[in-house]
Amino acid sequence: MNAILDSQIFRLLRRFDPAVTTAFGCILLLLVVGGTYSSNFLSPEYLLQQLKVASFLGIIATGMMMIILLGQIDLSVPWVVTVGAMMSCAVVGHGTVGAILAIPFGILCGVAIGLVNGFGVAYLRIPSMIITLATNAVAQGLMVVYTGGFSPQDSASPAMRYLATGFVIPGLPNSVVCWAIVGALAVFLLTRTTFGRAIYGIGNRERAAYLSGINTRRIVMTAFGISGGLAALGGVLLAGYASKAAQSMGDAYLLPAIAAVVLGGTSILGGRGSYLGTVAGVMLITLLQSILSVMQMPEFGRQIIYGVVIIAMLLLYGREKLQR
Amino acid sequence: MINSSPLLRMEGVSKRYGGVRALEKASLEIWPGRIHCILGENGAGKSTLIKLIAGVVAPDEGHILLDGKAVSFASPAAANEAGIVCIFQELSLIPDLSVADNIMISDPPTRAGMIDRKQQRICAEEALAQAGAEDIHPLALVKDLPLSRRQMVEIAKALARKPRILILDEATSALTAADVTKIFAVLKRLRSDGMALLYISHRMHEIAELADECTVFRNGQKIETYKAGSKTNTEVVELMIGREYKNVFPPKPVKKSDTKLPTLQIINLSWTDRLRDISLSVQRGEIIGLGGLDGQGQRDLLLALFGVLRGCSGQVLIDGAAVKINSPTMAKSENIGMALIPEDRKTEGLMLPMSVRDNLSFAALHRISKGGIVDSAREQKLTQEMINLLAIKTANVDLAVGSLSGGNQQKVVIAKWLMNKPRIILLNDPTRGIDVGTKQELYVLLRKLADEGAAIIFYSTDYDELIGCCDRVLVLYDGKVTRELVGAEITERVLIASALNIDMEKVVHA
Amino acid sequence: MKDWRFWFAEQRGTFMAIAIFLMMFVIYISNHPAGFNANIVQTASNKGVLLAFVAMAQALVVITSGIDLSIGMIFTLTNCLASWLVTGSPLQVAIGVVVVLFVGALCGAINGAVVIYGRLQPIVATIATGAIYYGIALALRPTPGGTVDEILADALTGKLFGFIPASLVALLVVVLVVWIPFSRSVTGRAAYAVGSSEQAAFMSGVPIKRAKFITYTLAGLLAGIGGLFLTFFTYTGEAAYASGNAYTLFSIASVVLGGVSLMGGRGSAIGAIFGALAFRTIGDLLFVFDFDPLWQPLFQGVVLLLAVSLSAFGLLRIRNRLEWFG
Repeated sequence: MNAILDSQIFRLLRRFDPAVTTAFGCILLLLVVGGTYSSNFLSPEYLLQQLKVASFLGIIATGMMMIILLGQIDLSVPWVVTVGAMMSCAVVGHGTVGAILAIPFGILCGVAIGLVNGFGVAYLRIPSMIITLATNAVAQGLMVVYTGGFSPQDSASPAMRYLATGFVIPGLPNSVVCWAIVGALAVFLLTRTTFGRAIYGIGNRERAAYLSGINTRRIVMTAFGISGGLAALGGVLLAGYASKAAQSMGDAYLLPAIAAVVLGGTSILGGRGSYLGTVAGVMLITLLQSILSVMQMPEFGRQIIYGVVIIAMLLLYGREKLQR
Repeated sequence: MINSSPLLRMEGVSKRYGGVRALEKASLEIWPGRIHCILGENGAGKSTLIKLIAGVVAPDEGHILLDGKAVSFASPAAANEAGIVCIFQELSLIPDLSVADNIMISDPPTRAGMIDRKQQRICAEEALAQAGAEDIHPLALVKDLPLSRRQMVEIAKALARKPRILILDEATSALTAADVTKIFAVLKRLRSDGMALLYISHRMHEIAELADECTVFRNGQKIETYKAGSKTNTEVVELMIGREYKNVFPPKPVKKSDTKLPTLQIINLSWTDRLRDISLSVQRGEIIGLGGLDGQGQRDLLLALFGVLRGCSGQVLIDGAAVKINSPTMAKSENIGMALIPEDRKTEGLMLPMSVRDNLSFAALHRISKGGIVDSAREQKLTQEMINLLAIKTANVDLAVGSLSGGNQQKVVIAKWLMNKPRIILLNDPTRGIDVGTKQELYVLLRKLADEGAAIIFYSTDYDELIGCCDRVLVLYDGKVTRELVGAEITERVLIASALNIDMEKVVHA
Repeated sequence: MKDWRFWFAEQRGTFMAIAIFLMMFVIYISNHPAGFNANIVQTASNKGVLLAFVAMAQALVVITSGIDLSIGMIFTLTNCLASWLVTGSPLQVAIGVVVVLFVGALCGAINGAVVIYGRLQPIVATIATGAIYYGIALALRPTPGGTVDEILADALTGKLFGFIPASLVALLVVVLVVWIPFSRSVTGRAAYAVGSSEQAAFMSGVPIKRAKFITYTLAGLLAGIGGLFLTFFTYTGEAAYASGNAYTLFSIASVVLGGVSLMGGRGSAIGAIFGALAFRTIGDLLFVFDFDPLWQPLFQGVVLLLAVSLSAFGLLRIRNRLEWFG
């Protein structure tokens, strides 16, 4: 009995990863700073608005987290987001069937690109950074050909708009509900399933995972597929939010997604990290952006502060071990 | 040449890795103009000794004195500066650079800040000639050379540094007989030039030819230093073996007649040039040992069986039915039921930062889950069973497995596979670097598993274990099974003799 | 075997890149409506040289088995900086050029310091420093603008003796002054050694940290030279996010086409240059065949995807599956 009690205490302690705690500490700090700057900042409406903005990043970062847990990276996020948005809008034009299929079709396109990434990484052993850059370029090329280089005229379906801006639960935007569902699924997948165990195992030591009889290649490919699908879902929601898709609408999500995951304490080398940390990282990034815009910080300042904050946080707890 | 003081002296030097002592209060003197041979079994502490002298690792205690002055080298480069050059077993050559680049890597001739390639090539050719390897083109890329040529480059590279102390760690293991002859001539000339040489080899006849003095190590301790030729081969072998773990092994069962189909049978298994036509069969309840010097194909054989190696030829039969195993996933499947305890628990057996529980259940996830969802209660129950069965000492199952002691880590590796209830268990040197007590527990466990019906293939670099645990031992040399020993035939002398591939009679009567 | 055969084997990747480029260029020229003339070569070389500088920079870092995802942003930053500084009296122009190049090298040095001494993974570290460099570029040029000394710009983008593209000559000079000395120096060889096998390099007493640091710094310098040339071509500075990212991506593509191994230790900046020129020509091929220019990004993306997939052929040689995991 004692052992079981001990074990529960341990599990509880493990939740309080210093990185996650630091991230939440920073969130509190940002709230305090924002609150002193403008009392508006702490109003429920404003915070809810932040949560809504965060939900898009949150969904995209969920996929990125799985990839980073594997010790890989997905740089195809920008155009997968755009593909998700554009393709779902494109299908809407095709009558009722199109309107129904819009959301699943957008997501499927993302899954397809993700599977190509996964195949390259798992079966062809191409470094993920390179293959995802390449598929990003192909996705961009496809979208440029499709749209003729202009913002597409198609608009989002009512269902997409409802998903992004409606309210199933009064007071809580649907996009936040979406993120909550995706998050809950991710937590379940990572902590309760064999797939989740395998992801952590591969991220820690792919060789040992392979020798344990895990089909590492299939797991890696599946994870990339999920990441692509989630990035595309993010795109679908963004399209619903803005009522239409736009060129390079995904560019603004790559760096924040990686930053959110890494700032949430997930090791860029893989194998270590919790979803709670990613949630903290997403909120941290969103609040940082929001404060900078409330302060009317121009774009250049935001970019610089991003970069500096990420480097600083990584130096705090993301360093490689010394050799020898 | 006669010198009154040693060039290098080690006093009470110790080195530990984690909880394991690799070297314990070792002392050694190296004199100029002499070849000093180091003997010992695998894991006796020879490699650690060399790494200490060559600045690859730092000692935990004790002193190293060079010319009577205490030194401590921060890196291999610092040791090189001081005139100590080592030819390592794992080659230190850079594969994508040319032979000349590699030979002159630490101190290339330069002109106007740039490497003077002409001069470099001349120096490299000189060094190659000195090593008797004129056949190697200085512009060839190292990765394109066969292993034996690379070894010669490594030797030339060491000579180009004009060392005062030259250390050769199994430097001849990959060489052809002709190369060895040339190298010996070079070494003897260097000795007469006043260089101090430290020579590590498993080959008795090489030592007999070269050595001025010999030191025997065993279990991280220096046993004795003696003048070359003052002891017979038999006496040397006795010194190397020692008599430490007597009667720690469980009794072997009386052999029943083999009428049943073997659980695992291999016919003419070959893989590249590392495995040549290996045939063997293992019955239920039998423990088969793999013997021989390190690196004669034992590891490759286990990996080949486990589906890791590509392009194997030959047949594998499980319960008499031919199977083709392409991956560990397949190897562990229900109808084959194989388990491999890998060589390196830190990189192949465990995910060190993950919890004991996660590691224990990792290979048996399909047993504790339904539809891909882990059944926590079942996981808890099965992991606890394993912890009890192997008496794994851990405060709780949520601790990172990396925080356990080496012996307990190894138990976790074995336990994680036993959770799968394997019928065929392959063990790749499972007792390396763990304490005697744990070893003893493992021996008992192995016999118990065999009695319960498992077929076991057990590779060990420790001959005592092969003798104590195994019903039969196959000795491998250069990828071939050169000898099969059964029952009372398995003795230290025979094992060592057949491992060295020398005629047994000579050793016995030497 | 004869000496030259070894040399040839070592430079095979580079020769492949040259061959690919020549093939593409011949197809391009022979189908060009205006045929082969000095103006076409000048235009082609001006476009190609920009990417060639950035690709050289990337090649240096890749040789040490690192990666620099901020390279396009250094290129953009130095472009914006040059649009302020490289103007006025000849002395001011000269100082401007020096400062621009210094800033490029400084950016590279920061990357190097963060990766080596901060012990951060190059991917994340250079994404983050890239954001910083882009932010600074945006601060310098919130909207496109600025100017550059036109005499210098025209001299370096025009023709020498009426037919030799000056930008190509400039590229050649940079190769002779930066790449050749580096690749033949002790540090340059150390960079190759580190990329090939860091463990063996350590065992051999190679100055690992110094080699990496100098390599990252030189990469920054080369990207800075690229940024300077961009200013000479466009006469303005522009903090274009998409263009900076595209150059990073294309630099990696060029390096792969140029026969530089992404695992490090193998290839040369010269290969990367021809990889860049070939990559540009491939993009331009669509024009001479009257394809809609809209297809260009897709075409380039597919070429890149195929190029990186080619490396997978090496997998067929692996006999021990554990080698998959490095």
